[in-house]
Amino acid sequence: MIFWWMVDLILCGLMVTLAAGSLFATTLRRRVIFFIAFGLLTAIVWARLQAPDLALAEAAIGAGLTGALLLTALTTEPDATLRPRRSGWLYLSAAALLATGLIAALTTLVPVGHGDPALAVSARLQESGVSHPVTAVLLNFRAWDTLLELAVLLCASIGILNLAPARQAPRHAGTLADTLTRLLLPLLILTAGYLLWNGAFAPGGAFQAGAVLAAATVVLHLGGGVRLPAIGLAQLRVLLALGLVLFLAVGLMPLLSGQSLLQYPGSWAGSLILLIETGATLSIATMLSLVYLGGHPPQGWPVNTDQQAQEA
Amino acid sequence: MFSAAEWVSSLLLAGAVMVFAAGTLALLRLPDPFCRLHALTKIDNLGFGLLVAGLALIQPGWIDALKMLAIWALVLCSSATNGYLIARHSVTESRQ
Repeated sequence: MIFWWMVDLILCGLMVTLAAGSLFATTLRRRVIFFIAFGLLTAIVWARLQAPDLALAEAAIGAGLTGALLLTALTTEPDATLRPRRSGWLYLSAAALLATGLIAALTTLVPVGHGDPALAVSARLQESGVSHPVTAVLLNFRAWDTLLELAVLLCASIGILNLAPARQAPRHAGTLADTLTRLLLPLLILTAGYLLWNGAFAPGGAFQAGAVLAAATVVLHLGGGVRLPAIGLAQLRVLLALGLVLFLAVGLMPLLSGQSLLQYPGSWAGSLILLIETGATLSIATMLSLVYLGGHPPQGWPVNTDQQAQEA
Repeated sequence: MFSAAEWVSSLLLAGAVMVFAAGTLALLRLPDPFCRLHALTKIDNLGFGLLVAGLALIQPGWIDALKMLAIWALVLCSSATNGYLIARHSVTESRQ
């Protein structure tokens, strides 16, 4: 008991330290590195709070992909030395005070744990078609939220697609990196498939699987050695829209037989959820890859050898 | 009373803690990137290896131990490559 108290106390202290580091470190690069460490620690904290789904998502998206994105953005920014503003501490303490006040107000005004929501979920878990409560909530009981989340992601990626062409892949990182890429790619794809399939009865699901697939894009892009066939704009659009279109189609079907939106037919619920999640995984992977690449990948992605030859 | 596996495991874990502590100290104190990299790869290979070996011994099922060993093998590959990449980057940076 006292041991876990110590562990929790250390975790809390580390979180505050890393958060302060990512806000007040002297250079931008240091702040980014503090932020990546903060993301990793957040994943550990979620695991400690017995929320493995969130831990997986945080490790893959919060620490992994966001970290890669920020580090890539750093290379285009001059690494200026930043001085924390004198007034920064004032704002920070005001924000901390406000947050504490809000939490206190919320917990006193709205009683926490009034009618345990976890009980309501487990009471009707049988009908959802999956045995993992988180997936049941995300894709059945609150499917509407997930549908809109996918729509928001699609809007964001359309915005990115319209901004600029993708960044050039970095210089070829050497044969050793190629070997690691060849080793990691199949493993990443296998892990994504495992997480997708596992989502029905254990922590996992479309978001985690999609993030792992997007990590494969990052590995390919950073290694700069192994080439993928060029992806046309039409294929890219199909991949982006697939998740939302499948979700909408499945959601609208029940309307034809006079039932309500997103009300899956009982015996088919499990298969339909897997279908939606497969589409969503591919779309989320494409969207997150697009976010990392910063635009539409050019021909001969990830390495434009012709251009490199000209530069050399 | 501790069983034999638990004794060996605690020895291995204590070794892992020592390697991690020494490696972290070296990472903070050593002067240039190559020396620091040396410390860092020692933590990844030896420290993490000892940690995995110690924890694998006290797993209830052999499949869990196997999974941990597989993770260690993966970390070995990635840490070797990362060490090479960082060293190469430092060399090109120092030449400029």
